[in-house]
Amino acid sequence: MAFDSFSAFLTMEGHGPYVWTCYAVFVILLAGTVFWSAKRHQATYRMCKRSYEQQNPKGQTAPKAAATFTRVEISQD
Amino acid sequence: MWQFFHKLGSPKWFFGIANRFMPWLLAGGLILLVAGLVWGLAFAPKDYLQGNSYRIIFIHVPSAFLAQSIYIMMASAAVVTLVWRMKLADVFVKSVAPVGLMFTFLALFTGAVWGKPTWGTWWVWDARLTSMLILLFLYGGVIALDRSINDEKSAARAVAVLVLVGVVNIPIIKYSVNWWNTLHQPATFKLTEKPAMAMEMWVPLLLSVLGLYLLFGWLACLRMKTEILVRERRTRWVKDLVLAGRK
Amino acid sequence: MHPIRKKRLTILIFLVAGLAVAVGLTTYALRQNINLFYDPTEIAAGNAPVDVRIRAGGMVEEGSVKRDPESLSVRFRVTNFTDSVPVEYVGILPDLFAEGQGVVAMGRLNNDGLFVADQVLAKHDENYMPPEVADALEKSSKGQHKPPYADKTAESQAY
Repeated sequence: MAFDSFSAFLTMEGHGPYVWTCYAVFVILLAGTVFWSAKRHQATYRMCKRSYEQQNPKGQTAPKAAATFTRVEISQD
Repeated sequence: MWQFFHKLGSPKWFFGIANRFMPWLLAGGLILLVAGLVWGLAFAPKDYLQGNSYRIIFIHVPSAFLAQSIYIMMASAAVVTLVWRMKLADVFVKSVAPVGLMFTFLALFTGAVWGKPTWGTWWVWDARLTSMLILLFLYGGVIALDRSINDEKSAARAVAVLVLVGVVNIPIIKYSVNWWNTLHQPATFKLTEKPAMAMEMWVPLLLSVLGLYLLFGWLACLRMKTEILVRERRTRWVKDLVLAGRK
Repeated sequence: MHPIRKKRLTILIFLVAGLAVAVGLTTYALRQNINLFYDPTEIAAGNAPVDVRIRAGGMVEEGSVKRDPESLSVRFRVTNFTDSVPVEYVGILPDLFAEGQGVVAMGRLNNDGLFVADQVLAKHDENYMPPEVADALEKSSKGQHKPPYADKTAESQAY
């Protein structure tokens, strides 16, 4: 530790206000950008989801095909 | 090689890669940044001349590094946009421009607050400070230009040209302190030479620079994913992805 | 590479190169305005205008600082180890102001060659070190009668 006490750490021999202002602005802006970007991603994701669900009403995620050629696995013995 | 390059341009491929790397980028970035800043704030010795005010360097230098690096990355992406017309390159430019603006502002702000106790002034119109202010306006211009053009393709080209025109400012920022008389001192943190700094100050600085780069990588992936969702929302793969619940 | 892409790339390279040359020439032509300050050699050679607000920058000469005991007035010489300029200033000096330190003074040069400053800014170099290391460096360089980094300083214009 480069400081003798916690109060010395806060005052930084008179340079405290300058140093702490910088760190505060740095943390606020960086955290704000991260938060805002994450929130926007969530919102976009939800908006997409809602619009897809409106296209296909609940209960059937994909439109039913008129005829299917699915291979049915039935036990042969 | 070209095949790989074109695969790189596929938004679907990018989504998968981004999802794989993002947790590592976030965790690594946070650990390195917090370690670097705590070390720099509380444990690094004070400077013989400036005392404790020099501790601002641990956020000032990483911010300034990122501000310039992001612009260089944007310029490379702009070349790809203009020459190869690759969508992902344009997605990158649009996603990271606001982040670059934030880092440029941080570099200027922390520089001003640091300048007051050391130089005796908040601001001086020397070449380094002024060219950095121009970078701030360039980022602002890129964001504004992008917002003002509705057509996606025209916006992409116009923005790419503006980014490329502005790239001449980058060497000016870097060498301003060597070419002209400035109040700002020459670079302390150099990768090519022995640093002009004691090791116990240089290592925390290195940690915060690396941490901030990783954190930027995470932020860029996240913002690019958002932009891809918006642009490709009508495609089959995005629909499948969203309905499968994969973010 | 596809020929159309090759052509686009060539156009871009020419665009950026041309722009770089244009900006380079402009900044070269304006270098006198881009320089924040005149160094003592330029002032001694008479390249700096008299009675116009300019800045002068250099090192505060060792042993040249004379403070007026009754007022905030201070006189010192600014040097680049080749030439030096006398400076007079009334006001509070920045914390970093000391003999052997870099300064940038803003003010007017009068007809007697005295620089009357109304603002003095401290300039520091890119070297950071703990106080103990600085003491040790100073001690070891005392024998050679040379402040730390003086050799480096004399070499580079930017000190």
